[in-house]
Amino acid sequence: MNIGTRKILDRSFTAVGIGSIIVMAVALMIVVVPIITNGIGAVFFTGTVEHRKMLFSEFKRGDSENLSSEVASSERYRAKVYQMLTGFEAELETMAPEQKAEYQAKYTQVRAALQALLGPLPGDPEPMLTRFKYGQTRWEKAEEKLHDLLYETRWDNSNPEVMAKEYFVSRAIGFQGTSLVKLFPYVKNNLESMLLPEFTCYWGFITDSSVDSHFFGGIWPEIQGTFFLAVGAMLFAFPLGVVAAVYFTEYARPGFLNSMLRSANSTLAGVPSIVFGMFGLAFFINTMKVSESKSVIAGALTLAIMILPTIIRAAEEAILAVPKTYREASLSLGSTKWNTIATVILPAALPGILTGGVISLGRAAGETAPIIFTAAVSVGSAIGLADVFSSPTPALSWNIYNLASEHEAAAQIRHVQYGMVLALVSIVLMLNLSAIVLRARISKKLKG
Amino acid sequence: MDARESSGNAPVQKATRDMYLPPERRKIADGGTAHISAREFSIYYGEFEAVKRVSADILSKYVTAIIGPSGCGKSTFLRAINRMNDLIPSCHTTGALLFDGQDIYGKFTDEVLLRKKVGMVFQKPNPFPKSIFDNIAYGPRLHGVNDKKKLMEIVERSLKKAAIWDEVCDRLDKNALGLSGGQQQRLCVARTLAVEPEVLLLDEPTSALDPKATAKIEDLIQELRGSYTIMIVTHNMQQASRVSDSTMFFYEGVLVEQASTAQLFTNPKDPMTEDYITGRFS
Ligand SMILES: Nc1ncnc2c1ncn2[C@@H]1O[C@H](COP(=O)(O)OP(=O)(O)OP(=O)(O)O)[C@@H](O)[C@H]1O
Ligand SMILES: [Mg+2]
Repeated sequence: MNIGTRKILDRSFTAVGIGSIIVMAVALMIVVVPIITNGIGAVFFTGTVEHRKMLFSEFKRGDSENLSSEVASSERYRAKVYQMLTGFEAELETMAPEQKAEYQAKYTQVRAALQALLGPLPGDPEPMLTRFKYGQTRWEKAEEKLHDLLYETRWDNSNPEVMAKEYFVSRAIGFQGTSLVKLFPYVKNNLESMLLPEFTCYWGFITDSSVDSHFFGGIWPEIQGTFFLAVGAMLFAFPLGVVAAVYFTEYARPGFLNSMLRSANSTLAGVPSIVFGMFGLAFFINTMKVSESKSVIAGALTLAIMILPTIIRAAEEAILAVPKTYREASLSLGSTKWNTIATVILPAALPGILTGGVISLGRAAGETAPIIFTAAVSVGSAIGLADVFSSPTPALSWNIYNLASEHEAAAQIRHVQYGMVLALVSIVLMLNLSAIVLRARISKKLKG
Repeated sequence: MDARESSGNAPVQKATRDMYLPPERRKIADGGTAHISAREFSIYYGEFEAVKRVSADILSKYVTAIIGPSGCGKSTFLRAINRMNDLIPSCHTTGALLFDGQDIYGKFTDEVLLRKKVGMVFQKPNPFPKSIFDNIAYGPRLHGVNDKKKLMEIVERSLKKAAIWDEVCDRLDKNALGLSGGQQQRLCVARTLAVEPEVLLLDEPTSALDPKATAKIEDLIQELRGSYTIMIVTHNMQQASRVSDSTMFFYEGVLVEQASTAQLFTNPKDPMTEDYITGRFS
């Protein structure tokens, strides 16, 4: 090959390499940036007085004097709204029956929009669900609800060829000529005074339990559940995996059984995780009866089986990478085989073994399928350490899926979903980061 | 085994005092007892016979050099003495190799105990990735010494014996891999000495070292002569003649000649030996 072609080849290969790295980076940004910006919104946001009311009565948090003065000031502006409502209700009574029916229907919608915005109105019965006890706790949501109050959403079906088009009609027009028409500009102009938005830093999102299936509160039960499951899986899989790797590399005699075991192990590493989930249900719960039904222990065992092949592989490779000379040196000093493994081989292989372990830990934290049937529930409170043998737990991976797809009001709690995603991503990243740091430290110690 | 039974009529190169000239060195011999004896001893890698029916005696507390061209089985023979060849699955032996009259490859031999008595220093320095202190203390700890003060004593004594104490005494807690190659090799010697073996096997201990470090190792061998039975594999004729009392010449797995170093280098019996030491082939 002449030097010219070689240079062109080198250059084009460099270009391809850099290009693919850029594509990867862009793809990563597209995924990660919304996760971070939206996820951070779960903790840092513009909260309304309703948020502070909720915090005080559900979590006993906040300054009661401050809160009551805030409530008093917001009530002063809200009183005018209530007045307008009672005024209009009286006006309704004086109307002719069919006119009254027409206005009544529209008025019910207005009341509903106001309830969503400000919470229960005077005279409403005490709501059953906590989510209806408060108005909008987040300012950006309140603005959406304000829009709902001011405009009615209609669908344009006139052209059957295309999809129906959404358009808005001002509700104020519908109430032209009644006393209620003044309500709309009033609410619009005084919403801030009624809700008192204020920059809020809600750390409770991480440390609180959820209230009314994630309408309010935080994701601590999920974080704790993820932690229990991942650490529990590690407690089983790590020692077992290291022992198995030591057996494979140091004790197993080459032969049919050994190669069978090894290929079984490799195959296991490629089995889809949902299969492990089914296996966990069938084996740990139905056959072994480690618990009555779903439990943390069953989920941890299932995850352990799932990550075991990876840990074994990583540990095997790390052990095989230990220079033969260490083994010779140790044996020549009169060390037994076991002693050599424990005092020389394993310490030297530790960085590799740990890396495999932490990567598996991250995987155990993030997997959904294995815990669906064995450990996860959609809503639940944080469980104590003693309950791991009997109770299931919420967990980030499963709850992200559940909130995004199966929750009855998925669209209203997007910030919680993003918050959970960010929490999970941070946990896995932190684990991987700690693995890198740990590895670097141990390698440095080994290298001197 | 039939090989062992027939060892009586085998042509054994019996160790005699004459082999261990010059005479001024004789006074350290304790009667010239054979510490290690091979009888019709062969070592195989699978089918390949790497060491062929060697019969020889290695006298206690003398320095014995092993020379021979590359691939002639020097390392294989040396590693057989502390059963390092056990690590190679295909390796097996026939005949007898005796240590203090006991068959090294006998059924009841405890190879761990054997290796404690027969220490080895390898061609390439191989300290553990631990501190200098822990490297030296590794053996004593294995054999039950845990007292910190006692360990410190052993470490100091071993490092002094290996002539490296002055260079490392102020950084015993530093990783041994940070030492130079020559220092590492002397550290490995010290590590072996710390176990207090009876036999010291040195497989080309200076092949990776510069002349200065080589001289230090050779001085060390001179110093240890008389207290340990030492076997050293070397490609360096000058080194063999400088440090050893007796020399064995291997060629293609066969022990061609064993004689006192003085005799072998000045008046070899076998023409092949002569060719080799005069550099006519290597
Ligand atoms: N692990 C092994 N498996 C198979 N054959 C081996 C093995 N180790 C060594 N041999 C063979 O045994 C013979 C003797 O090897 P050995 O290492 O003892 O030579 P040596 O005399 O030490 O050579 P050198 O001076 O190069 O170190 C050589 O032919 C070598 O190819
Ligand atoms: Mg060799």
